[in-house]
Amino acid sequence: MTSQIIIDPPEDGHFRNGVATKGLTPSPTTLSLRLTINGRDHALEIEPRVTLLDALRERLHLTGTKKGCDHGQCGACTVHVDGERVLACLTLAAQVEGRTITTIEGLADEDGTLHAVQAAFLEQDAFQCGYCTPGQIMSAVACIREGHAGSDEEIREYMAGNLCRCGAYPNIVAAVRQAAQELRS
Amino acid sequence: MRDFSYLRADNIEAARNAAALPGAMLLAGGTTLIDLAKCGVVEPATVIDISHIEGLNAIDVTADRALIGALAKMSHVADHAEVKSLFPAVSEALWQAASAQLRNMATIGGNLMQRTRCPYFRDPANFPACNKREPGSGCSAIGGVTRGHAVLGVSEACIATYPEDLAVALVAFDAEVDLGERRLTVEDFFLAPGATAEQEHDIRPGEVITAIEIPGSAAARRSTYIKVRDRQSYEFAAASAAVGLELEGDGRTIRDIRVALGGVATKPWRARAVEDALKGKALDEATIREASELAMQGAVDHGANHYKIALAPRVIARAILKLGETA
Repeated sequence: MTSQIIIDPPEDGHFRNGVATKGLTPSPTTLSLRLTINGRDHALEIEPRVTLLDALRERLHLTGTKKGCDHGQCGACTVHVDGERVLACLTLAAQVEGRTITTIEGLADEDGTLHAVQAAFLEQDAFQCGYCTPGQIMSAVACIREGHAGSDEEIREYMAGNLCRCGAYPNIVAAVRQAAQELRS
Repeated sequence: MRDFSYLRADNIEAARNAAALPGAMLLAGGTTLIDLAKCGVVEPATVIDISHIEGLNAIDVTADRALIGALAKMSHVADHAEVKSLFPAVSEALWQAASAQLRNMATIGGNLMQRTRCPYFRDPANFPACNKREPGSGCSAIGGVTRGHAVLGVSEACIATYPEDLAVALVAFDAEVDLGERRLTVEDFFLAPGATAEQEHDIRPGEVITAIEIPGSAAARRSTYIKVRDRQSYEFAAASAAVGLELEGDGRTIRDIRVALGGVATKPWRARAVEDALKGKALDEATIREASELAMQGAVDHGANHYKIALAPRVIARAILKLGETA
C-alpha cells in the first residue's frame, strides 16, 4: 500500500482504503501490503482489521507466535517491531508495513544454533506446557537488550507483561538471569 | 471486530482533516482502540493511522519545561535521562503503568485518550446499560460490583474510574496539552462525568493532540509516584499519588507541595485541599496524615469501593514522607 497525504476530506465523505477519493468509489475490502518478517518480504491481501497476530498465524502460517487473550493482557503474542517488543494482537498488520518484524521463528541462527535466551530456557526448565514460551522468550530478549535484567527484582518487573498459567516464574527468572549474564560477557 | 477503512496520515494537517470526519478514529499505539474495537465498545468507520507522522515523537527537556511529542512512546519517556532527573514522578508513573510491551506501543497522546477500564463499559454484550457508551441508557456499575470504581468526582450517571497513571503526575505539575488551535491544562482536558458521562475529554472533531508541556519546578524535581494495587506489577491502581515537594531553606518547612490522585476518581484528581493545608507547615508526620485526609472531602462510595477512602490518604502521606526523607 502506498501511503497517501490527505489534503482535503473527500466531498462524499467516503474514503477508499489508503486513498482519499473525491469520487464515489466504494471502499474496497482488502489492502495490499508488504511485510518484512524475519528478514523476508511477504505480500498480503487482507482486510484492514486484520491484526499482525492473525496475519502471522492464519495467513503466513508462522504459528510460533501464540494467541492467548487477544486483548493485550497475557503477552503470548509478543514479537519485535524495529527491535522493540510489542503485542501482535493489538497491532494492525497495516500499521507495521515498512517496519522490521521479528518473531520467535527468526530468533535462532540460520544453522539452527539457538539464541542464548532459548538455550537458557531449556537449561533452566523455564516452562511446563510451553504455550506462553515464545512470548516469554521474545520478551526476555528485548528485556535484556533494554538493560532491564540487572536483578531478579528488575527481571520480574520488566517481564510482568508475560503471564505463565503453569507458574514457571522462578525458572523463567533464572533463565533470563542466566542469558543476561551470558550476553553481557 | 467490525471492519473499517484504513487510512494513513503522513502529516498533522492530514490527520486533522481526517479526524473531523464522522465515524473516524485516530490510531496511534492502538492499545486502547484495537482492544475496544474487539470488545464491541467502539466501531470506527474509518481508522486514521497517525503513527507514521514524522517529528511528533520528540522529547525535549530543559530545567524550564519538558516538551513531549504526542507520538513519543511511554517507554521512551520513562527511560529519558532528563525526565528521570527533572520530573521523576512522570517517569515513575510511566514505568509502573501497563507492561513493557504496551509501553513500547502506547504513545503519550494516546495515553491521555485512554478510556476507563470499568468492566461494565467494556462488556456491551452483557451490560447494555452504560451512560458512557450510550447516553441515557443507565449505569450498570451502580448496584453492581464496585470494588474498582471511583469515590471522587462521581455522578448518578457514572462512577467509572480514570485508570491511568501518567495524567495524574501531569495534573500535579500543571502540564498542558497542545491541541493545535487550543491549549488546555491537562486538568481541564479531562471531564468528570456529571450528566454527560460520554464526554471524557475536552477535544473537538478535527482536533489532534500534538504535544504535552510540563513546566519545570522545584516540586517537580523532588517528586514521586506511589501506586498501590492488588498485585505488585502490571495492574491498575487501587489508589495512587503523584506528589512533589519543595522545602524552605530550613529544610523542614513546606514552601510548595503538589498532590494528585489516581485510581480513586473519575478523572486525574488534583488534591488542592491537601496542598493548601500543608503550605507553610512543618514536615511532620501527624500534620501530613491529618492534611492527607482532606483529599477525601466529598467522597461517595458504593460499598465495595469504600476501602479507597481509607487507602488514598495513606498513599498520599507515604509519598510525602518518602520525599521528606530524601535530601
